[in-house]
Amino acid sequence: MAWRNIWRNPRRTILTISAVAFASILLVFMLSFQFGSYDAMINSSVKIQTGHLQIQAKGYQDKQSIQRVVPHPDEVGEIVNSLPEVDAYTFRAKAFSLVSSKERTYGVVVTGIDPAGEAEVSTLKNSIRRGRYLSQDDQNRESPQALVGKLLARNLRVGLGDELTVLGQGRDGSIAATVVKIKGIYSSGLDAFDRNAIHIPLKLFQDIYSMQGAVHQVVVVAKSLKDVSEIKKTVSAGIKNIDTKHFLTVLDWEALMPGLRQAIEMDLVSGVIYYLILIMVVAFSILNTFLMAIFERTQEFGVLMAIGTSPGRLTRLLLIESLSMTMIGIITGVVIGCLVTGYFQIHGIDISGASELLGQYGISGRLHPKLSLLSATSGPAVVLMITFLAALYPALKVRGLKPVEALTYV
Amino acid sequence: MHIVECVDINKTYHQGKVEVLALKGVSLAFEKGSFVALAGPSGSGKTTLLNIIGGLDLADSGRVVVDGNAFDKMNRSQRADLRLNKVGFVFQSYNLIPVLSALENVEFVMLLQGLPPAERRKRAKDILDEVGLEDMYDRRPAELSGGQQQRVAVARAIVSNPSIVLADEPTANLDSSTGKGLLEIMKQMNEKKNVTFIFSTHDNMVMDYADRVIYLRDGMVADDRVKR
Repeated sequence: MAWRNIWRNPRRTILTISAVAFASILLVFMLSFQFGSYDAMINSSVKIQTGHLQIQAKGYQDKQSIQRVVPHPDEVGEIVNSLPEVDAYTFRAKAFSLVSSKERTYGVVVTGIDPAGEAEVSTLKNSIRRGRYLSQDDQNRESPQALVGKLLARNLRVGLGDELTVLGQGRDGSIAATVVKIKGIYSSGLDAFDRNAIHIPLKLFQDIYSMQGAVHQVVVVAKSLKDVSEIKKTVSAGIKNIDTKHFLTVLDWEALMPGLRQAIEMDLVSGVIYYLILIMVVAFSILNTFLMAIFERTQEFGVLMAIGTSPGRLTRLLLIESLSMTMIGIITGVVIGCLVTGYFQIHGIDISGASELLGQYGISGRLHPKLSLLSATSGPAVVLMITFLAALYPALKVRGLKPVEALTYV
Repeated sequence: MHIVECVDINKTYHQGKVEVLALKGVSLAFEKGSFVALAGPSGSGKTTLLNIIGGLDLADSGRVVVDGNAFDKMNRSQRADLRLNKVGFVFQSYNLIPVLSALENVEFVMLLQGLPPAERRKRAKDILDEVGLEDMYDRRPAELSGGQQQRVAVARAIVSNPSIVLADEPTANLDSSTGKGLLEIMKQMNEKKNVTFIFSTHDNMVMDYADRVIYLRDGMVADDRVKR
């Protein structure tokens, strides 16, 4: 009976189901798109900057002092290397220094990298726009080589083959100075990164800055984002054996890039507000349908009550009608939403129009939505819940009808 | 034995600030198996009395007992339950459920009673056969004439073996020959199943069929004639 009641006014029913289906399609797609973009933002950012995880000296993240080091990186490396979830790892050492060209001087972050390891964990190698990436031979101090960010090179007015003088303070307080030749100029898309960083071979860095074999970061890239917490747990437990004085800590990407996390949270919140507005519109559509149904069918409800239908049964009838309509809309919406999302997950969406904005997160070219159980079901589940609540009002209103008044309702 | 007892029933309606006294101290008793017409001009209180007897409305004061059950002591669900099992209704404008076929309309009451599908179907078909609608099982109300719809309504009212059937001007929307046919059917049911029928009516033909006619005027019993 509920099913037949739904189709009394096919046009209105189809419109209502379409509204629910449309909202579900939009929610599945948009949530997948958001999750996909977050994954891309995280993965791009970790590939350019931090990695998924880092092992550092305690307090280094807050105050990047050259003295706060990982003294025996190879031991940490062994632990990390033994984990199957780890895709790659490398060591980095960093120091704030003055870099001078013939014309200008800037304060920059000098980063010592292992060329081979860095190529595994970051996109630095692929970001080289002019010149070449560092090689293992460049560890030779006789002809020190460096990679410079595109914006920094422009600010320093230098090009490939030009020399830069690096002047800083070593770990032991001594003066760290060297002259490096620019071997490559990179452009990561992250302006802040491209403006204030140069990269030199790790061994060179360790010599210049008197690091005594220490590094500042052991950078780890996981095979998948979802492996990060497991790796963090295992590494945290593992380093306790080699770090008896508890100098070291394991930080995940959220701790390493709080700004990125906040940006994601803000985007998610604004998205949720938008989705709730959309769902409320659909809920009002359902509410309207059922209030109309009550007005149109009041006399019939009177008949049903007269022949012995209890108020509870009438309420159930109306709720079944609303749930049936909503479920048809939701199932249709989820199926179409998944198909559309699946298509774009494979082929991607051209985001060249927003490349400047998204470039700040290291995303360029095409963005791929990420369809998951969560993105496919959470939005439609909220639609179901809110439309059920919207239908509850008219369904409960029927309980208040008096049979004799309903029978004479015109 | 009285199947229905009304004792000192009073009912007042409020229409804005105006009070309309619909029933004033009505006391009546109905024998089991009787075929009774409530007659009287419009506004005399016929329909109000039927609604109160059927538990669709409550009296302001007084007492109604149907087959030993007093409506005034029941909540809405209990009244619905009593209507389901003891009272059948036939309305002036048929009031069938438009989305259900004739057979399903008749079955619906038994569905509410929780009868098994096979028994529901058999009884519904039997009763539709009895009212002469054996070829109309699958027709929806919109596909039936007024007389046919009213026969479905009678079948729906009678199929659950109620103690009483209340019919509010059942022939008012029918032509005289269709109305006569319907009355024949109801009289037949009354005699065959010993079900009490109480009508409200203006129709002399209905009054002719009744074995008792109660005249109401201004909410009071003006006359009460037992014909045979």
